[in-house]
Amino acid sequence: MPVEAPSAEKLIDMYTRMWRIRLFEEQAEYQSSQGKVLGALHTYIGEEAVGVGVCAHLHDTDYITSTHRGHGHCIAKGADIQRMMAELFGRSTGYCKGKGGSMHIADFKVGMLGANGIVAGGFGLATGAGLAAQLRGSGQVAVCFFGDGAANRGPFHENINIGAVWKLPVVYVCENNGYAQWTAQKDVTLVTDISTMASAYGIPGVQVDGMDALAVYEAAGEAIEQARCGAGPTLVECKTYRFHGHNFGDPQQYRTREEIAEWMENNDSIKRLGAYLKDQGILTEAQDEALQKQVADDILEAVRFAESSPYPTPDELHKDVYSYDIA
Amino acid sequence: MPKISMRDAIHDALHEEMARDETIYILGEDVIAHGGPYAITRGIAEKFPGRIRQTPISEAGIVGTAVGSALCGMRPVAEIMYVDFITCAMDEVVNQMAKVRYMFGGQTDVPVVLRLPSGSARLIAAQHSQSLEAWFTHVPGLQVAVPSTAYDAKGLMKSALRGKDPVMFIEYKRLYTDEGEVPEEEYTIPFGQADVKRQGRDATIVATGPMVGKALEAAQTLSQEGIEVEVVDPRTLVPLDKATIFASVEKTNRVIVTDEEVRRGGSSAELASLIAEECFDALDAPVKRVAAADVPMPFSPELEKLVLPKAEDLVAAVRALVS
Repeated sequence: MPVEAPSAEKLIDMYTRMWRIRLFEEQAEYQSSQGKVLGALHTYIGEEAVGVGVCAHLHDTDYITSTHRGHGHCIAKGADIQRMMAELFGRSTGYCKGKGGSMHIADFKVGMLGANGIVAGGFGLATGAGLAAQLRGSGQVAVCFFGDGAANRGPFHENINIGAVWKLPVVYVCENNGYAQWTAQKDVTLVTDISTMASAYGIPGVQVDGMDALAVYEAAGEAIEQARCGAGPTLVECKTYRFHGHNFGDPQQYRTREEIAEWMENNDSIKRLGAYLKDQGILTEAQDEALQKQVADDILEAVRFAESSPYPTPDELHKDVYSYDIA
Repeated sequence: MPKISMRDAIHDALHEEMARDETIYILGEDVIAHGGPYAITRGIAEKFPGRIRQTPISEAGIVGTAVGSALCGMRPVAEIMYVDFITCAMDEVVNQMAKVRYMFGGQTDVPVVLRLPSGSARLIAAQHSQSLEAWFTHVPGLQVAVPSTAYDAKGLMKSALRGKDPVMFIEYKRLYTDEGEVPEEEYTIPFGQADVKRQGRDATIVATGPMVGKALEAAQTLSQEGIEVEVVDPRTLVPLDKATIFASVEKTNRVIVTDEEVRRGGSSAELASLIAEECFDALDAPVKRVAAADVPMPFSPELEKLVLPKAEDLVAAVRALVS
């Protein structure tokens, strides 16, 4: 079933979200360099088209699971950047009251079941979310975002098999950025097209240019529609690239400057979508500038919100371990 | 009051709660084909079609899927065929299930019940006979229930299925066929409420699981010698009813803690530490542990019988304590 092309309004929304991710991450890196964003920081810069292209099909009632590189998924799914930034600052107004940090941002109100510090940690959660939807007959779907590194962990196998055999409404979306932390995928995996692994589970595997937001939108749309109508999971592999290394501060000795520059200059998904929108007459230069300025202002406002928020108080330490206070 | 087995008590609790709450469902290996190896889930598929899922042999998948569904409004009861196999799903238990409430700032409940057939039975050696309670009590976020009777098993299971937090439900396989009085009318047993199984004045035995029965047997023997032992069963290790345990120690001034876990780092070690810290002034003798040998479970019956503590061991320990 062909996926309907996105409306001009939808395209502008996607483009705005991609900029929101890019500028949020750049700001997070800056605040990290200033010692204000604390702890580990894994940015989604370069991979924006994947999260946005997929989540463009989802409702708040649909579910996603994420990875350690989760900010982009949060923003794509509609999370509030003020509460996200506050979480990165370790403040009580953050999504997790300052108990989670970058690797654990979740927003259950929009179906974002959490970033996850365990590689492949999202497979079980997404598969279970799909099972909940199937048991209820609710028509909800779940999307599991994961990296190429996660395809080498056991939960990839166990959960995709479960999702396949029960025809669960789950879409497994691989963000193949070519590196598992600091190790090139080709050094640890003979089969570099993760999409081909789908055949081992009897489900469709699709490969798409993850730097092309429209291509991601189309591939994800079909997979999500299939899942929603009861046809079971699809494994969608998006070939993408992380522009800024595994974590903020990564010296990136495992790849060349030329390789990075090639992707950033010639294959930036935001530039590509922006050029398309202008070519189609959907967006003017002036509108583009205004849009980016608005996003930048929103992010500065998020920083102000975070900075002016209080740290959690000591009485928070023992709360939320259980639903009740435990002696 | 009718007498039923612990197996039937757990079976009945599942049936009653599934009838009451349509978000409860069951998943696990062979749970339809055989009702699981101990036939606990027999009849569920017929009575509640569509609410029981027979899974591949994929413990990480089972627990991960259970947790994911719990985050989305369901109440899964996952059977892990033997507690030994939970080792294949420890990431899902420790890093996901136990932590999601806290690390997401309390955004979600995590109402998962993992049924964990535990302990030795039928000579199945090192990888099918373990008692891993202490692994779970060590992880903040998990609750650990260890029923010792049919009555407790049913009441605790019903509470587990009405709570908001994950439960590691330890089912001692050797106790499945033990019969006990279970009322026909509705009841629940709250977590964190110990049960004094026998009153006594001379020494306290804090016992869990199969050691409760052995403690009662030892108390019977010692009573004939004029030594009156109090037997306290915590029933849940997390949350723990410290007040009842400490009150008993204050009364008897001598205490033995016992379980079937290997002794080193076991639950008895934690209980002994707590009592030593909190009740030091009440103690007339050091806290004594009676637990399993620090070995993998051997196969040969001549060796297996040396591993687990017996009623006689408790009798000897109490005699030494009160002399």
